[in-house]
Amino acid sequence: MENKVTREIFPRDARKSYGLVELMKGSAPIVKKEPEDTVYTWPHLIMIELICALLVTAGLIILVQFVHAPLRSLADPSTTPNPMRAPWYFLGLQELLVYFDPWYAGVVLPGMIIVGLMTFPYVDTNPKGVGYYTFSERKFAVFNYSFGFALWWVTIVIGTYLRGLDWQWYWPWSDHLVHMNPALVTLVPLHIVFVNLLHVSKDVGKALCDVLFFAYFAIGMAIPYFFMRKFYDAMGGARYFVFMIFFLSMMGVGLKIVLRLLFNIKYIVVTPWINV
Amino acid sequence: MLENLKEKLTKSQVFRSIFRHGFPDNDMNRAYVVFSNVFLHIHPVKVRRSALRMRYTFCLGGITLFLFIMLTVTGIWLMFYYTPYTGLAYNNIQDLQFVIFGGNLMRDLHRFAAHGMVLFVWLHMTRVFMTGAYKAPREFNWVVGVLLLVMTLILSWTGYLLPWDQLAYWAVTVGTKMASYTPFIGQNGPWGAQLGFLPTNDIMFMLIGGTVVGQNALIRFYVLHCVVLPLFVTVALAVHFWRIRKDGFSGPL
Repeated sequence: MENKVTREIFPRDARKSYGLVELMKGSAPIVKKEPEDTVYTWPHLIMIELICALLVTAGLIILVQFVHAPLRSLADPSTTPNPMRAPWYFLGLQELLVYFDPWYAGVVLPGMIIVGLMTFPYVDTNPKGVGYYTFSERKFAVFNYSFGFALWWVTIVIGTYLRGLDWQWYWPWSDHLVHMNPALVTLVPLHIVFVNLLHVSKDVGKALCDVLFFAYFAIGMAIPYFFMRKFYDAMGGARYFVFMIFFLSMMGVGLKIVLRLLFNIKYIVVTPWINV
Repeated sequence: MLENLKEKLTKSQVFRSIFRHGFPDNDMNRAYVVFSNVFLHIHPVKVRRSALRMRYTFCLGGITLFLFIMLTVTGIWLMFYYTPYTGLAYNNIQDLQFVIFGGNLMRDLHRFAAHGMVLFVWLHMTRVFMTGAYKAPREFNWVVGVLLLVMTLILSWTGYLLPWDQLAYWAVTVGTKMASYTPFIGQNGPWGAQLGFLPTNDIMFMLIGGTVVGQNALIRFYVLHCVVLPLFVTVALAVHFWRIRKDGFSGPL
């Protein structure tokens, strides 16, 4: 197989160094690198950035010809507007005040949203779906994000368009100047429902609610652990625990909204200190 | 002749002292222009063709940065006409609306660029999530990004108070009232009263410098909005960009 070199065509010169050089299409030599599909930042990327900046500026200048920054009457601590609306990006949180007490909707939940967002890269162990858009390769992750995203934006839309006087529900065709009768809806804590339905004492009803609340988290934690072993094994204990706490809390928010809207449940768990 | 003039200009001592290299019309100068310029050197000299695809990034992060720059420029402009005093703030805004040349334009631009920035941070975050770009080795940069989102929201919200109209006053009253419900350190929060927190010493009092939104709240929000938060955002942005380069790519970009 091997051809024995009998005669050196190109005798090496000890005073020179040699390298392998290949001819290829391009505008500059590439040293110690494989050929790659790159272009110079100037002008290719810089031009895109410049065009983007110009388009945004133009867009904004056109926009402000038609809409203007609002300015209401001078701040007056003695006149409370009804309804009081937070800026649109906080309307989701304001809407959550309907379903939860302020310490939870206004403080704990926003904190959990922020910390929960930060945990994403640490709990997502799926090595696939990096650098391109895909749903099929990371269905669960995309579902989770979309669910949270939807919750955020749906509550913003509700807060902006479907809430009126006294933060009551107003359809677009309702008369926005007439107060809704709040007596139409009576909110009850869940344990009262048990008291009425099962004819148990208040304390038993409360205990039942506590059990239900913890069962939700316990069963939620347990199901993937026992029945979706692959999911658990991929994450490991610590990641699994952190993820499930946030996941179940997020789903819990959705669940509470449904319970409140359909069954007029005010609280699930009632304690002397906090109600959820 | 034009060629001659260009030659003379780009070889002159003054031009060379500023730019250090000739026009970026050849590969060497295109490399120089990026890494010898403090503003451009956050870029790599060369980028992959695939990273330039508009339908991948949609320029969302870049647009967010640009809106922040625009907000800084219009914001500084507005500061020349604004007094953070409850007796004057509202009048200043009315002056901007009706008296000062370009006042309306600047205020409108500032307002809508702010809305835009909140929106585009969200969109950028969604894009990064959907392309899995937060995965190793870029985990921490995602965390920095979340911090930037939070700071953007607080920036926007602190600016909301400054016009001192009904909208501003009550939105901030509702928002800061929330702080008093913080567990342990708010007077209305669980275990707040038990731990000795009153309207005059809890977290809400610290935030607005009083028991109701007033002059102290205005000056606090003003300083946070115009100085503290923009500084924090700028530092966080520097980290955010630096780490894009230093952490390397998480995917086949």
